[in-house]
Amino acid sequence: MSMAAALGGLATLSTASGDSFETPTPAIFYLPIIGEGDWAITEQMFWGGVSVLLLSLVMVRLSAKAAVVPTKGQWMMEGFYNFARNGIARDMIGSKDFLRFVPLLFTLFALILLNNLFGILPPVMNPTTGRIGFPIAFTVVVYVVYHWVGISRKGLGGYLAGLVPPGLPGWIKGPIWVLEFITFFITRPLTLALRLFGNMFAGHMLIVLFVSAGAYFLTQGIVFQLLSVPTFIMAAAMVLFEGLVQFLQAYVFTLLAASYIAGAVADDH
Amino acid sequence: MHITAASSLAALPMASGEEKLPLIPHIPELIFGFVMLGILYAVVAKKVVPNLERAYEERRAAIEGGMEQAEQAQTEAREALEKYTAQLAEARAEANEIRETAREQGAQIVTEMRAQAQAEATRITEAAKRQVEAERQQAVVQLRTEVGTLSTALASKIVGESLEDEVRQKGIVDRFLTELESGDVRPEKVTTTGQDS
Repeated sequence: MSMAAALGGLATLSTASGDSFETPTPAIFYLPIIGEGDWAITEQMFWGGVSVLLLSLVMVRLSAKAAVVPTKGQWMMEGFYNFARNGIARDMIGSKDFLRFVPLLFTLFALILLNNLFGILPPVMNPTTGRIGFPIAFTVVVYVVYHWVGISRKGLGGYLAGLVPPGLPGWIKGPIWVLEFITFFITRPLTLALRLFGNMFAGHMLIVLFVSAGAYFLTQGIVFQLLSVPTFIMAAAMVLFEGLVQFLQAYVFTLLAASYIAGAVADDH
Repeated sequence: MHITAASSLAALPMASGEEKLPLIPHIPELIFGFVMLGILYAVVAKKVVPNLERAYEERRAAIEGGMEQAEQAQTEAREALEKYTAQLAEARAEANEIRETAREQGAQIVTEMRAQAQAEATRITEAAKRQVEAERQQAVVQLRTEVGTLSTALASKIVGESLEDEVRQKGIVDRFLTELESGDVRPEKVTTTGQDS
């Protein structure tokens, strides 16, 4: 984020020198394709829709004829599914209750992963989740689900009282309850949405910066043209690194969602 | 921290009039985020997860079924082995019994045969004895007759007349011989009686 500020400063410097390098600004994320203003349909919405369509078709096709002896397609599907099912849902929630939440967690993981990977996948090259509306939507769903699970299991009073870990001395219960309440109702959703958004936003920003800088250097003198080589190498490295981050953020988002649900499902804090 | 980041972003010059802060959601995108998640969730929950879970369940059942089958086969094999072992032991016992019976029967037969042979031998011996006795009796009778005849003939020769009829009538020889047998006759007496008669 502070990098974005620094970029803003850089932009003013370069414009001051009279040359035409335009540093990427957050504006590059706003890509309306239909309409204008507050209700414009954006490119990210288009690609988000494509991601849903693509995931639906591929996953239904690969799982439709699921058999005891899997085909190669089913085997790959199972590997992907088991990563969310066993690696995230079962490990976090426990084998007793996890199956109920597998569809949601698997959906979140698949959807976030593909929309993150759009950041390095041609022809998209723009992570849908770099627009905060999408992470907020996903987070709201997780937020509602884990509170709803906790309240329906323990009752509203029991759920709120259960925020304090058992075994604390009486005088500290009050402050701890306030802290836990803030964690459960404010910090968790805020960080969940912002972590995903921030990583995707910043990663895309970095890639755009290196690519546009390399392209700009090519239009300048020979020294800058030589300088464009490491810049492009850096851009390629950032693409690889972003691939890792994009996978990791999808994993972390789903893992944390599972852990919040696990906390609501668990009998003790 | 986020607040400071947001404020620093807010300080950025806007590239376009349409662009808002990156942290302010574009409402269509927010709504569409729910729609995306909802649609994909419906597909996953209705199709993908049930299909895969069914396959997992079938696979688990198949593996467990196979294990059950193997276990059953093992149990059957063990039962068959036990049955055969029992049968073998039974057969061995039976054979032993038969052998024992045969031995007993053999011994019995031998005993019986021996008794039979003994009886036969005894019978033969008895018969022989009886025959010998009969023959002796016959010989005694014959001898007596002959001795009588001879004695009479001899006496006749000595006396000079035939005594045969008298002898026969009076049974002298018989009487003599009977006395002789019973030991009443003494040699002196024989001579005297011989002289007398």
